[in-house]
Amino acid sequence: MTTTDLVPARAMGTPRRRTEGPAKVTGTARYAAEYAVARPLHLHPILATVPRGRVTAIHTTAAEALDGVVAVLTTRDAEALADTADREFAVLQDDEIGFRGQYVAAVLADTSETARHGADLVRVTYDEDPFRARLDPDSGELYAPDSVNPAFATDSVIGDVSSALRDAPVTVDATYRTAMTHNNPMEPHASIVVWEPAGTGGRFTIFDSTQGVSATRRNVATVFGLDPGDVDVISPHVGGGFGSKGNMHANVVLACLAARRVPGRPVTYALTRQQMFSLVGYRTPTVQHVRLGASPDGRLTGLVHDVVEQTSRIKEFAEQTATYSRSVYAAPHRRTTHRLDPLDVPVPSWMRAPGECPGSFAAEVAMDELATACGLDPVELRIRNEPDADPESGKPFSSRHLVECLRRGVERFGWSRRDPTPRARLVDGWWTGTGVAAAAYPANRAPGSGATVRFHAPAAGGEEHWDVEIAAADIGTGARTVLGQIAADALDVDVDTVEVTVGDTAVPAATVAGGSSGTTNWGTAVVDAAQRFREKFGADPSDGDEADGTTPETDAAEHYAMSAFGAHFVEVAVHADTGEIRVPRMLGVFAAGRILNPTTARSQLLGGMTMGLSMALHEDSVMDPRSGHVVNHDLANYHIASCADVGEIDVEWIDEVDPHVNPMGSKGIGEIGIVGAAAAVANAAHHATGVRVRSVPITVDAFLG
Amino acid sequence: MKPFVHVRPDSAADAIDAVAADPDAVFLAGGTNLVDHLKLGVATPGTLVDLRGLTSTAVEDLPDGGLRIGAGVRNSDLAGDPRVRRDYPGLAMALLAGASGQLRNQATTGGNLLQRTRCAYFQDVTTPCNKRVPGQGCAARDGWTRYHAILGAAQDAAGLRHCVATHPSDMAVPMVAFDAVVQLAGPDGDRAVPLGEFHRLPGDDPSRDTVLRQGELVTAVDLPPLPVAARSTYRKVRDRASYAFALVSVAAAVAVEDGTITDARVAFGGVAHRPWRATRAEEVLRGAPATEDTYRAAADAELADATPLDTEVGGNAFKVPLLRGTLTTTLRRLAEERP
Ligand SMILES: Cc1cc2nc3c(=O)[nH]c(=O)nc-3n(C[C@H](O)[C@H](O)[C@H](O)COP(=O)(O)OP(=O)(O)OC[C@H]3O[C@@H](n4cnc5c(N)ncnc54)[C@H](O)[C@@H]3O)c2cc1C
Ligand code: SF4
Repeated sequence: MTTTDLVPARAMGTPRRRTEGPAKVTGTARYAAEYAVARPLHLHPILATVPRGRVTAIHTTAAEALDGVVAVLTTRDAEALADTADREFAVLQDDEIGFRGQYVAAVLADTSETARHGADLVRVTYDEDPFRARLDPDSGELYAPDSVNPAFATDSVIGDVSSALRDAPVTVDATYRTAMTHNNPMEPHASIVVWEPAGTGGRFTIFDSTQGVSATRRNVATVFGLDPGDVDVISPHVGGGFGSKGNMHANVVLACLAARRVPGRPVTYALTRQQMFSLVGYRTPTVQHVRLGASPDGRLTGLVHDVVEQTSRIKEFAEQTATYSRSVYAAPHRRTTHRLDPLDVPVPSWMRAPGECPGSFAAEVAMDELATACGLDPVELRIRNEPDADPESGKPFSSRHLVECLRRGVERFGWSRRDPTPRARLVDGWWTGTGVAAAAYPANRAPGSGATVRFHAPAAGGEEHWDVEIAAADIGTGARTVLGQIAADALDVDVDTVEVTVGDTAVPAATVAGGSSGTTNWGTAVVDAAQRFREKFGADPSDGDEADGTTPETDAAEHYAMSAFGAHFVEVAVHADTGEIRVPRMLGVFAAGRILNPTTARSQLLGGMTMGLSMALHEDSVMDPRSGHVVNHDLANYHIASCADVGEIDVEWIDEVDPHVNPMGSKGIGEIGIVGAAAAVANAAHHATGVRVRSVPITVDAFLG
Repeated sequence: MKPFVHVRPDSAADAIDAVAADPDAVFLAGGTNLVDHLKLGVATPGTLVDLRGLTSTAVEDLPDGGLRIGAGVRNSDLAGDPRVRRDYPGLAMALLAGASGQLRNQATTGGNLLQRTRCAYFQDVTTPCNKRVPGQGCAARDGWTRYHAILGAAQDAAGLRHCVATHPSDMAVPMVAFDAVVQLAGPDGDRAVPLGEFHRLPGDDPSRDTVLRQGELVTAVDLPPLPVAARSTYRKVRDRASYAFALVSVAAAVAVEDGTITDARVAFGGVAHRPWRATRAEEVLRGAPATEDTYRAAADAELADATPLDTEVGGNAFKVPLLRGTLTTTLRRLAEERP
């Protein structure tokens, strides 16, 4: 068996505020574009205004003549990059345009205003080719990718689902849609890059806003043909990412290209909000066809989840939308598929809970429809379809408490008083109702993180203290704080004596903050380093003693299906005359292993639920198929939930300690909060109004007869 | 972003002269709209003539019992003025339904009236727009029209609409319902223009939002004494609960005696190139019983000429039932309230 030896929890599990909180609220925490560097230059790019074709001319004379402009980089004169296998990084390499918004030139100037003015003066002409920019589920170009993100099978087939559906006494057959959405972290993607030539090579210093300094180092080294050791990346504080800073994007390549043009001088490039809608990833829109077959008592006999979504033509990204349906409910016959529509659009990428987030919307609304069709309570329906083992792989779950989450939610939300009749409660002009949805998110684990633990003996009259170093990313989650708690318990020392350094390639490399795997990967490396330290130096180390650790190989995933689970309960009110929709109350109950820090965990779960609410009601990147760009590309037009949209949000978790995922007993919590939340809103809206809305965002139009 | 000169004249008269003499000069008030446009390249003036300290920041009583609102009065101050809250509550509500607290602290009365459309294509210099560049075409009419007009955007002989933009102000909607008058000072002297005639319909020249001439300065907005306005309200429907422009909005004031509507003022926001005074709805309401049927008939009368847009990117036909529902719920609430 693969049971991990769990670290005894002392600091782990206790509430602790973010250690960098005071620095952030007093404004002394530095974000990427805020470093005081000598004689910085500012970059402003010129973006393609056609979605497909090629640049025919770039007129730079007027910009170059401008006082303060230092250089204009174009597709015509940019240096050849060493490796452009990743087409997203092939910045300014040729005249081909793969999407509207692609970089075609950039102006470097001594102020950001001059750079911007200079960029306005650059004139670019194009040869335009026919293009397609809007997802078409009936497109003749649909294809099956080799795998879906990150490495799941594209399709899965178990049993004979066609017969199962044909023979099923109760069926649901419906198509669901989720909108294209953009991550929109508060801090834009931003970098300050310095290139210092030395001999035939040189080195980059990059202050960046990233979810992984080690990955950025690797990518920059590859693209520029450098030794990774010649790329320093510094990113101690990140103002959010939601996945968009997980994969490096073209903006870093552009800033590096510019820095090499002006050796020794720092180049600052912070994206405008509008640029963020073209260049740093987004969630694909999806069209999802779900078919369920069940016995009259609600037991699923067949389940089909067929997904069509988009990718960019220049680089494939296949969101794993249907994988949610592979792990949640039991059904003997099942099929999931993914098909991609290749478009002349920006490259889609990770956005909080890629796959599970949009996939759970379709799957969990379909389950609500099945509950209605069977005349069953939707909570009871889910309990009846609880599998004994992972429905596709047959592996036992490392731990699974979905039913407990549902039952706890029923109690806490007051669900048992619910009258199932839709459109039956008109309160002061508002139709009101409640809805439920389940949630699941894999407990991912990946190799590739290292950590150092170092001891400092007490100076006279002082206290001993410990350095813990790991190139992890704290994107506002509290990762730094939690790693300190883990280290303290692994070393068996007071948590206040531990100081954690993250976000810097000067310390041991680590995986990106993604897939809710950060704390698992980094915490495991920290535990390993602490254990090695004690093995080497015992209980009485000397000043300066240090030990390195890594993430040991584990075969737990071969033996167990590992996921976090949860249940959302939501109340919705829809105005009878105007169709306005409000969500006064949300409850999320989660089973996600040991909760290492209740303070920061609550923020993560609550934040995920809020983002799910935002997905349910607001977020919608409007792609104009005539121009190939998102027309509502600013935060006045691209709505995210405002404070006034968020009612009461109650977050709870089940006591669960998972023995297999990692030595802390925890699972990831960064993404599970968003999974299922939008479905619960849609289900509650149906209960309120009797209107079944199968697409998000749900706006007034849905309810206007 | 084009470099510009920023000047601070000593008097309103100097400011007027500066802008009147230079077609490339514009007034700058709170800057919450204009500065965005400078950054986006939507506005490219050579000179900004700063109005700080030059326009009145006072709300004064007029001899006839009305109010004179200085052009420099901040949106937040106007919303908090006790006379506005008591005598024109719908105006206070409209102001508070607009933008955010920070923006309202900065935005002025004059700037609010003269803010430009939020049409996404107008704000993006890479897309064609007749309002920004006359003759370029209109990217919106076959595009994303969720925030666009359903009233007053007439077609020309060729069946084309030159502009389907809406005026985004909340404040102006109750003002137009209350017969506000805009006071102007210009190089050729002062004039007063009823607010209902101040904003233009697009016709074939959408580049001009208002009848303001180059160099003319809004000095104040006058509200006439209007007893019915004491029972007024503002109802805004938007895509999130706060901090969003109106899909549609309704400003309304009614007087009801013995179940009969004796007076009514109604205006709509978010549906036309100007704050839309709903005179036909008012006609239906005056003298009619305060019933659901009346409210619907009023809505239908005003919406009879609605010309919603149906486009591939999302049309705005939903605004017709939405406005009907919004007007109905607003009038019902208002009539049920007893003074
Ligand atoms: C994110 C955001 C959300 C918003 N949401 C809303 C909303 O929900 N509802 C709403 O109603 N508004 C909203 N607004 C718009 C806001 O109300 C306007 O920007 C503001 O009222 C403009 O006033 P200002 O004083 O800042 O004008 P400025 O930006 O200074 O000027 C605007 C225009 O008016 C001209 N001007 C200003 N004063 C005068 C004068 N006295 N005489 C002649 N010309 C003049 C200027 O030359 C300029 O063309 C929002 C704005 C933003 C940025
Ligand atoms: S609707 Fe008016 S403002 Fe918008 S693009 Fe058309 S012409 Fe321009």
